[in-house]
Parts: sequence; structure tokens; C-alpha cells
Amino acid sequence: MSTATPVEEDEGTRIARQRFSEGKRAERRLGLMLVSPAVILMILVTAYPIAYAIWLSLFRADMRTPDQNEFVGLENYVTVLSSSIWWKAFGFTLLLTVVSVVLELILGMLLAIVMHRTIVGRGLVRTSALVPYAIVTVVAAFSWRFAWSQGMGWLAGDSAPLTGEWSSFWIIVLAEVWKTIPFMALLLMAGLALVPEDLLKAASIDGATAWQRFWKITVPLIKPSILVAVLFRTLDAFRIFDNIYVLTGGANETSSVSIVAYNNLIKGLNLGIGSTMSVLIFVTIAIIAFIFVKLFGAAAPGSDEGRR
Amino acid sequence: MSAAIATPKTKAIWWGVNILVLLYAFIPVIWIVSLSLKPDAVLNDGRFFPSQLTGEHYEAIFQNNDFTRALINSIGICLISTFIAIIVGTMAAYAVARLDFPGKKFVVGASLMIAMFPQIALVTPLFKILTGIGLFDTWLGLIIPYITFALPLAIYTLSAFFREIPWELEKAAKMDGATPYQAFRKVIAPLAMPGVFTTAILVFISCWNDFLFAISLTSSERSRTVPAALSYFTGATTFEKPTQSIAAAAVVITIPIVIFVLFFQRRIVAGLTSGAVKG
Repeated sequence: MSTATPVEEDEGTRIARQRFSEGKRAERRLGLMLVSPAVILMILVTAYPIAYAIWLSLFRADMRTPDQNEFVGLENYVTVLSSSIWWKAFGFTLLLTVVSVVLELILGMLLAIVMHRTIVGRGLVRTSALVPYAIVTVVAAFSWRFAWSQGMGWLAGDSAPLTGEWSSFWIIVLAEVWKTIPFMALLLMAGLALVPEDLLKAASIDGATAWQRFWKITVPLIKPSILVAVLFRTLDAFRIFDNIYVLTGGANETSSVSIVAYNNLIKGLNLGIGSTMSVLIFVTIAIIAFIFVKLFGAAAPGSDEGRR
Repeated sequence: MSAAIATPKTKAIWWGVNILVLLYAFIPVIWIVSLSLKPDAVLNDGRFFPSQLTGEHYEAIFQNNDFTRALINSIGICLISTFIAIIVGTMAAYAVARLDFPGKKFVVGASLMIAMFPQIALVTPLFKILTGIGLFDTWLGLIIPYITFALPLAIYTLSAFFREIPWELEKAAKMDGATPYQAFRKVIAPLAMPGVFTTAILVFISCWNDFLFAISLTSSERSRTVPAALSYFTGATTFEKPTQSIAAAAVVITIPIVIFVLFFQRRIVAGLTSGAVKG
């Protein structure tokens, strides 16, 4: 840099440096200009409403009784946190999240390996694996609902599994897992592509079985991909709404937290309680994300450090 | 592993595995198509394939104003959202991928947070805000949240694509006297088109798929999109069960997307994985 020769800097270098810093400044200005619409929009549509939700959660704000709206402090939080409906939904959502993500990871890994390794019809497999991803969640949910409807469905026969709590749970898991395996598999497959083939071959020559190669070489190498996929899917599964809404409507104690919050808002028109639940869901998601990033060191996609 | 050891036996095994994948992917789709083609007489026979075929449900839904209106809403809202999200996202992604400016980490972090944001947490305040400013149950009332949630996806995918572009060309353009803006518009933008196109497909699919905002922030056929309209479907008469109509409508909104995705399979895989893996 030009700082190496500060004293006897000739006219040429001075101009060059000036141009350089002008270019730098122009670049910064352009950068800020280009990102500002996106940033302003994102802040306006998320940060502001979240702040507003926190504010609303401190009020009794029931749209059916607008004249009784008043500041109630943390009363809404006490109401929600001591409500068995909330905790039942919270437990249900957590269980659903854990079960779905574990199944997705196993099946997604299998699909990723098939897509990566198959020696025949690779294009066909990769293409058709995208079908569940492309289908509207609500459409797939209807397909599962009809399939498990008594009499009508090819899977149900004479039973009515969507009227029981646990049978409903497993059908919701099925619908959720079916839809999201491809996403998981694609992320994992991208990781698999980075595993050096020579390494696997060398291990194979040294007598490692396929199982050992998978656990000792592949898994450690694609750990970043696994963590990103699991993080994304966990946060996504925790907000499950569409599948439950269509499959059971939250009946038979199958409500997720999103369903309960929705019911309080749209059916109950209770903005105070609805906002309180919004804030609690937001906090839960933030905690889950924090745990992943801090404990497991999941490098978030887009954060340059540690990744390239 | 490699093609060199592909004996007929291993080939046959792989075909078996492939068929399992195909069954996994297509069974629920074939089932909903099958339902949409079943006449009422055989609706409750519990068979996977229809024993009789009818196209009446397709005719019926296209004569149903709620459905056609919802279809127009869906197409209009998703196209506008995609268009705006791509423009705003392209600008931001270019800056993130190429330029050095203060607050870059903040942009990346903020969009990551939004990608993971629980949408339900926004439903209550947005409901109240949109009602307050008169945008509840309007196209714009859905377009705004759709753009916002499409932006992180757009920024990640696009900036990953942008990093792959040969930037020496930009330097060359600048040396020839182009401003950074001209270099962006005249040299880089055309090279970036495939990535932009792929991202547009992904963004469109995510809008097309949305259900939560669609049922929470609309209340009539004015702006209700197809996924939301499906859940309000009733039969043509009160005695008719809407099952096959729902199935037919589901097929109508599914098939174009599936064909589109199958057609651009390679690009979509690249797009879906680029953001998450290459960062």
C-alpha cells in the first residue's frame, strides 16, 4: 500500500490513492444503496410488528369488547403460561418436531445417498424426488386426509384414524416427513458431493466396511450440511400449521402452538392473548436457534466464517 | 460405486431402489388425481385407482367463481411478489456478494433471522396493522409479507450464484470507463440471468405454497388465494361433498408447478443447495 512510502509520495501515487479511496467510497455508497430497500422492507414487516406484538401483549385487547381494553402488564403471560391448552400444544409441537426431524434426517440421508450413488436413472430419481417439494403443502395434506378418511381412503379401510390423538399424530408426522424429505436430501446431497471419492476408496482398500466408511468418513465431513439441514428443518417444523389445519384442524388435542395462536386471533379475535403467544413462539424459536448455533456450532448459511 | 463395476445384478438392485423412490414421490399425487376423476358413485369404494372416470369435477370448479377468482388472486399476487422480491433481492445480493460496505454482516444476519422467523408470530400484529391501514383482505396486504419472506431466500440464492460469476469481466468493464452501476447493469446482470431465473422459480413456489398468511390476512374472495380457498370449498350444492372438487382444484394448482419443477430440475437443485452449502 501507499503507506509504505509516506514521505516521498509522488504526484502519481497520490492521485492513484485518492482515486482508490474515492472508488472505495463509491462502492460503500452503492452497497448501502443496493441493500437499503431489502433491509427497510424486512425491518418494517418483521421488526416493527414484533415490537408491536410485545406492546399488544401487555394489554387486554379483545376485539369483541373494545371498550374494555386496558394495560394489564404481564397478566396475559400469566394467563397463557398457566393454560393447559398452551402447554399441551407446546408439548405436542415439540414432540412432533423431534420425531419429524429425526425421521427426516434418516430418510433424507437415505434418499441423498440414493440420489448421489445410483448408477441407473440418476436424472429420473433426482427429478422425481423434487415432486413432494413442489407440491403445495395444503394439497398434499388433503391427499393424506382423504387417504385416511373412513370408507373413501385407500389407506383407511373401515378405520377412522384421524379421530384419534395418536393415530392423528402419526399421520401428521407422515404428511410432514413426506413433504420435507427432498429438501433435507438435497442439502445433504450437496454435502455428499464434497466428500473426496479417493478417501472413501482408500478406506475401502484398507478394509473399512461401507458402514464404517459412512460413520467415520462421510458423516464427519458432511457435519456442516447436516447441522444446517437439521437447524432449518427444526425451526420450520416447530412452526407447523398447514398440515395440522387440514388434517385435523387441531381436534383431539393435536393443536400445534401456531394453531392455538391462530385460533385465539382469528376465531377468538383476542389480540392480547394472540400477541402473547406470538411473542412466546418467537422466543422459543430464538432459543432453539441459539442452542444450535452455540452448542452444535451450526454455521449459519451466509455467514462467511468457518465455511469457505 | 463407479460405472466400472456395474454388473447386471447391481443395476437391478439400483432399479429396485429407484422404483421405491418413485413410489414415495408419486403415490400421494396419483391418489389425488385419481380422486379428482372418480364419479360420486365410486368415491367411497376405497380403491386407489378409479374404476370409472369422469371430468365433471374439473368442469365444475372452473364454473365455480370462488375457485377461478382464487386462481387469479394466486397467480397475480405470486407474480407481483416474485417480481418485486427478485428486483430488491438482486440488488441486495449483488451488494452482499461483491461490494464492501458497512453493515454487511447485519444484512446477512437479519435475513437469516427472517428465514427462520415464525410466521405465526407476525400474524397477530400484521392483522391489526393491516386492518388499521385498510390493507386487510387486499392483494397488497399479502404481497408485502410475501416479499419479505421471499427476500432472505432470494438474497442467499442469488448471492451464491453471483459469487460464481467471472468478475474479471466487471473489472474489464470498469477499466474501460464503466461506473460500478454500469458494470452491474450491462455486464453482470446478463450473466446472472440463469441464477435470477432459478431464484424466481423458488420464490414463486414459496408464495404459491403459503397458507398461513392467506387464511389469516384475507376474509373474502377478493384476495383469498387457492390454498386458502381450498379449505373453504363447499360442493356445488349443499348435499354434494366437495371431496372431488377439492381434489380437482388441488390438481389444477399442482400440475403446472410440478411440470415446471421437473423441467428445470437441475437449476432448482443448484438453487436450493447453493445458499445453504456454499454460503
